[in-house]
Amino acid sequence: MQALYAQLLVGLINGSFYALLSLGLAVIFGMLNIINFAHGALYMMGAFVAYFLLNLGGISYWWALLLAPIIVGIFGMILERTMLKFLAGLDHLYGLLLTFGIALIVQGVFQNYFGSSGLPYSIPDQLKGGVNLGFMFLPIYRAWVVIFSLVVCIATWFLIEKTRLGAYLRAATENPTLVRAFGVNVPRMITLTYGLGVGLAALAGVLSAPINQVRPLMGADLIIVVFAVVVIGGMGSIMGSIITGFALGVIEGLTKYFYPEASNTVVFVLMVLVLLVKPTGLTGRAA
Amino acid sequence: MTALTDDTLPVAPRAIRDEMIVFVVMALLLASVPFSGIYPFFVMQALCFALLACAFNLLIGYGGLLSFGHAMFMGTAGYCSAHALKVWALPPELGILVGIAAAFGLSLITGYISIRRQGIYFSMITLALSQLLYFIYLQAPFTHGEDGIQGIPQGRMFGLLDLSKPTVLYYVVLVGFLAGFLLIYRIINSPFGEVLKSIRENEPRAISLGYRTDQYKFLAFVLSGTLAGFAGSLKVFVAQNASLTDVHWSMSGEVVLMTLVGGLGTIFGPVVGAFAIIAMQQYLAGFGQWVTVIQGSIFVICVLTFRRGVVGEVAHYFRRSL
Repeated sequence: MQALYAQLLVGLINGSFYALLSLGLAVIFGMLNIINFAHGALYMMGAFVAYFLLNLGGISYWWALLLAPIIVGIFGMILERTMLKFLAGLDHLYGLLLTFGIALIVQGVFQNYFGSSGLPYSIPDQLKGGVNLGFMFLPIYRAWVVIFSLVVCIATWFLIEKTRLGAYLRAATENPTLVRAFGVNVPRMITLTYGLGVGLAALAGVLSAPINQVRPLMGADLIIVVFAVVVIGGMGSIMGSIITGFALGVIEGLTKYFYPEASNTVVFVLMVLVLLVKPTGLTGRAA
Repeated sequence: MTALTDDTLPVAPRAIRDEMIVFVVMALLLASVPFSGIYPFFVMQALCFALLACAFNLLIGYGGLLSFGHAMFMGTAGYCSAHALKVWALPPELGILVGIAAAFGLSLITGYISIRRQGIYFSMITLALSQLLYFIYLQAPFTHGEDGIQGIPQGRMFGLLDLSKPTVLYYVVLVGFLAGFLLIYRIINSPFGEVLKSIRENEPRAISLGYRTDQYKFLAFVLSGTLAGFAGSLKVFVAQNASLTDVHWSMSGEVVLMTLVGGLGTIFGPVVGAFAIIAMQQYLAGFGQWVTVIQGSIFVICVLTFRRGVVGEVAHYFRRSL
């Protein structure tokens, strides 16, 4: 049973990353009509920024948690202003191709300097160790990742669904021209939205740095799984992305326990099943 | 919202004559390669990728469907052909048939699943399916995991053509490529191809005219996947191995890049693009991961400034369809 709970926890952690990343993808897609293929590369950048902050600047994990999303978010906003902006009005697929190119560049540069092996990033002192819950040993850092991700996800949901800023955002998603006519600076809002989505990816990167090591390709395979998560959940609803992300992480964890051979593929298999039963995805509307 | 290939649409009525002239010139140029001193292995490799890119282009350029998993057809056909040649000791022609049949079967299944969603979702689904297949091949015993299937016998085609001789192999690959190319050309110019283009331009209108667009897209997917499989089977004879690289997502990305560089929706674009990208990889092989960076940069530059691709720009300049 110990092993089962351990795998469930791993599943929850992966689910946190799926949720944070698919949430960002959904927010970006809503405003920019772009599927951000660079999301995995920017997630990796988040982890690397945390690594640099610690090893070059002596800046702790806690500051990295704040600074890395901001730094990577600014990098994302520069990308939006210099490149993605020009794709407005073109077919969605160009956005996919452009961000795929950006992902190749970013990952290639990091691979050149850091190879393919992982760099260690140690768990901050305050979160070291674990508690014995009687039925399992719970490492504090892992519990922290799950709870913190959940808080961030819900905060993002609150920001978009319940605040005035979020209302502008949703309105601009529906009809940018009309919102602009009301005097809202929509282009700036688009840039900030991209920054927010990218920041969430970078945050996931920082959270995963102590668990998964910092590797240039850490986001390359992850993004494909997240795409499958997005296909399963649909990008219509923020809460849908969060729940689907966590649920798929848990299912993956359970698979690791009961049938480890399929743990790599279970998300994709589920995607196929969902497509066969409900082609629009679980929460999606017809495309 | 402009369609993906709006920029690349022919500006003049299709001139079949122009296209046939270019085709004959291309065929003659390629046929003279063994006498030119150019390394035939390089050209054979490029020809296989060119056929793959042409098959991919059939789907994106004429059907408007961007598959991000086309490597799965090439890789699957490659593995199956390699297995048939090496383990079952089948002759080359049957080995190729086994590969094509495998790609056909795979495209039936993946097409049935992925055609249910459009646009961006279609791309993500094909990518996810190819990743699923990648993990299956990583674990399946017959693919030999990381090692791949190596040392594949080339054998004698139809009992006559000794494929271990580079020149013979070259002409076999060339004939295969030209046959595949002409088949795609024929499909594009058939009534079926016209309906496909109308779906790309305006699917709701095509539906309102009474076309079952899903069936057309499905058929286009199967044709494209099967032809991509043919390219993969040919490649087995050239490379004499079948490995995981051929099913990896980065290979699917390269196929997209080749077609984008040459020109989406142009007839000769994928061929030009394939030769350009393969040549680039050849010359920059010593630069390690910078090749990835350069490929990424080409993507960015193409999308931002050069959406018609090389052939598309030339065709646009001369107001011809190529």
